[in-house]
Amino acid sequence: MSESALREQMLPIGSFGRKSSGWYGVWTLVVTEAAIFVYLLFSYFYLASQANAEWPIGGAPSLALAGPNTLILLASSAALIWAERSGARRSKRVQLLSGLALALLLGVVFVIVQLREWRGKAFSIRSGTYGSSYFVVTGFHLAHVIVGLTLLLTLFIWALRGDFDAQRHAPITIGAIYWHFVDAVWLVVFTALYLVPRLG
Amino acid sequence: MSATEENRTTRIVREGEVTIDRHLEAIWKTRPGLRGVLSSVDHKRIGIRYIVTAFVFLIAGGVEALIMRLQLAHSDLKILSPEAYNQLFTMHGFTMIFLYAGPVLSGFSNYLWPLLLGSRDMAFPRLNALSYWIFLLAGIFLYASFPLGVSPDAGWFNYPPLSGKDYNPGPNIDFYLLGLIFLGISTTVGAANFLVSLLRTRAPGMSINRLPILVWGTLTASVGNLLAVPAVTLACVLLFADRQFGTHFFDVEAHGQPLLWQHLFWMFGHPWVYAIVLPALGIVSDALPTFCRRPLVGYTPVALATVSTMIVGFGVWLHHMFATGMPVLSLAFFSAASLVITIPSAVSTFAWIATIWTGKPVLTTPFLFLSSFIILFVIGGVSGVMTGAVPLDFQLTDTYFVVAHLHYVLIGINVFPVMGGIYYWFPKMTGRMMSERLGRWNFWTMFLGFNIGFFPMHIVGLMGMPRRIYTYAPGLGWDTINLITTLGSFAFAVGILLFLINLTVSLRRGIPAGANPWDGPTLEWSVPSPVPAYNFAVIPVVASRHPLWEERLESPERSSLSRGYLLNHGRETLATTVLDAEPDLILEMPGDSYGPLALALGLGVLFVGLILHSGPWAVIGILATALAILFWLWPQRRLGQIAEPHHV
Repeated sequence: MSESALREQMLPIGSFGRKSSGWYGVWTLVVTEAAIFVYLLFSYFYLASQANAEWPIGGAPSLALAGPNTLILLASSAALIWAERSGARRSKRVQLLSGLALALLLGVVFVIVQLREWRGKAFSIRSGTYGSSYFVVTGFHLAHVIVGLTLLLTLFIWALRGDFDAQRHAPITIGAIYWHFVDAVWLVVFTALYLVPRLG
Repeated sequence: MSATEENRTTRIVREGEVTIDRHLEAIWKTRPGLRGVLSSVDHKRIGIRYIVTAFVFLIAGGVEALIMRLQLAHSDLKILSPEAYNQLFTMHGFTMIFLYAGPVLSGFSNYLWPLLLGSRDMAFPRLNALSYWIFLLAGIFLYASFPLGVSPDAGWFNYPPLSGKDYNPGPNIDFYLLGLIFLGISTTVGAANFLVSLLRTRAPGMSINRLPILVWGTLTASVGNLLAVPAVTLACVLLFADRQFGTHFFDVEAHGQPLLWQHLFWMFGHPWVYAIVLPALGIVSDALPTFCRRPLVGYTPVALATVSTMIVGFGVWLHHMFATGMPVLSLAFFSAASLVITIPSAVSTFAWIATIWTGKPVLTTPFLFLSSFIILFVIGGVSGVMTGAVPLDFQLTDTYFVVAHLHYVLIGINVFPVMGGIYYWFPKMTGRMMSERLGRWNFWTMFLGFNIGFFPMHIVGLMGMPRRIYTYAPGLGWDTINLITTLGSFAFAVGILLFLINLTVSLRRGIPAGANPWDGPTLEWSVPSPVPAYNFAVIPVVASRHPLWEERLESPERSSLSRGYLLNHGRETLATTVLDAEPDLILEMPGDSYGPLALALGLGVLFVGLILHSGPWAVIGILATALAILFWLWPQRRLGQIAEPHHV
């Protein structure tokens, strides 16, 4: 670029969706958080490869709760996509609020089901390396879900105040990336902890 | 003065054409007094704070080292108990590697990035303040263990089972684990900030082939940190859980794997080594050419070498574990990968030598530090190749040879460029020159002291002296060498003292510097010294790598420095596109805020609660942190985050 680039031009101001710094920022968060799950699963498989006790304890974990719960979390992501596309981008408050509320609700259901699943386990976090790994991996994920739900609740309150319209709704775009990430991580965790043991 | 509009046509003005400076000064100035100290988000203040705090830790770690050297000056000395010695070498390592070497480079980059990139601040000014406050609090947290006599004592890489509950029941290791997790947050948000700043806040025309090498170095380090820090954070979380919640990750009796710690630690540790040297190499690549009166030879190869070093650096962690009984195939692979790193290192080395060779060197203090660094880099590199070769490593592991190697790497590649960097940019930061005369004394004392102190460690290591022993028996032939090492380390410390004297004297009585005392080529030298709060009166347009040397290099490009974008409707800077750096958006920047400090303190309460095993305090910490985040992220009209009333 040279002197010719120096021209007066119309530029948007402030926080605009994918042009906002926060949009770039949340991707750095996603990258570093994804890395922590990579290392977590590395630890899980490393311990699995070295284990001489039963791994997993009691055979592959049941899908009775975890299977439907996975679908619930995916539905939550879908609700959020709808809230953003049909609500936020078109300044439709009803769609935005109901989509956020639905995503939030489904997320809460996921947490409740997950806690129930934990209670039903015959082993604890102190039961050998498998017990420790299972609860720490799913616990890390559950902590992320709870952070994500706090985020969705905050977005809901802001949307309720009328902070967003078709031009200004970067927090929705940014928050959605985080929530979808939390859901995507669950798919990986679910595959590693629930499906992979069935392969052998 | 409404920042609530949605778009605006940018104005191009010549600096001085309209009187904007005082107006901008009022917009960007940090409030005076304590309020300003606690709430400032000015990257220049934060950068200098980072450097000063890191130097305080350097001095603390240095004093620890000197006490150890007294203990080792002769066989069978009893100055320190074994327990005190263990705490000292652990704290020395932790301090130098985590609280000095990384943060000091963050300081340089925080101060310099917006100036090098042609911007008014980093992409996330408040995050910048946050990363500093967390760094400070994490350092204080760790050092609180010292007066209590319970400092970490299992070495800076803290291997279990020694660091497990059975062998280390006190709170010592918990200080290490929590301190490192806490500090990791600082490193991570800092890295995110550098990355986004690079992607978004370059001046128009600053395409990636025009970035200063320091920017390449810090960028590479930041990406590395984002990917590597989680490994050590996780390792610390797992070990903390083992110690406090009865999990079995590293517990041998329950088939836990102590080696898992080593894997996670070095998956982080080796990229971290590059994170604390690559920006320092960047300092050399940017500052050395100024004193050779020519551009860096081989800009593109050096930039590529920087990036490729880090990429390969993710695949070499096992060379820290050669002696743990790995399969031969892994040994071969990781040894080969480690040796491959010599290629990019050699590329940079030859580029620096060629720059000096074909230039007209000016023998100033910064030049002495930067050029002597090349010698130390080569020595540290050669001993690195030796330890990277498996058979030799079996012999050298855990001897003083490794201690010599890592000190040549860390002091040679970090401290020497940092010293050169301070002499180089001190005029920019303060408006005054440092004393050349004192600088020469400073350099020669440090250089001779360092080599006298650390080179003999290679020899005593080859003679078989293990590291981390608090004393040794007479008659092993180690006494004289150790005495020389101790004398050298004290001479090195005198060099640091001379530096501090120079700093103090020059701050008051240094010769006024002017904007460009060294006749440097890059953007930071185009603004006054010290730099005004708003950095650039108008956002410049960059056309080459050397905006200030274009005429003498007779290059056809012409950057526009005094004529540029006028942004004065509040704290504003220009966002540009990722690849081509075309103007894309006007960023509304946050002003001074207590948010970062509040958030850091909330986290501090959490970590204090955890070390005290106090549930209530931990919960209070979490709630305070959450509230601080909420307050921070609350959408603001001034930042253009809220819908405008005129929209339906």
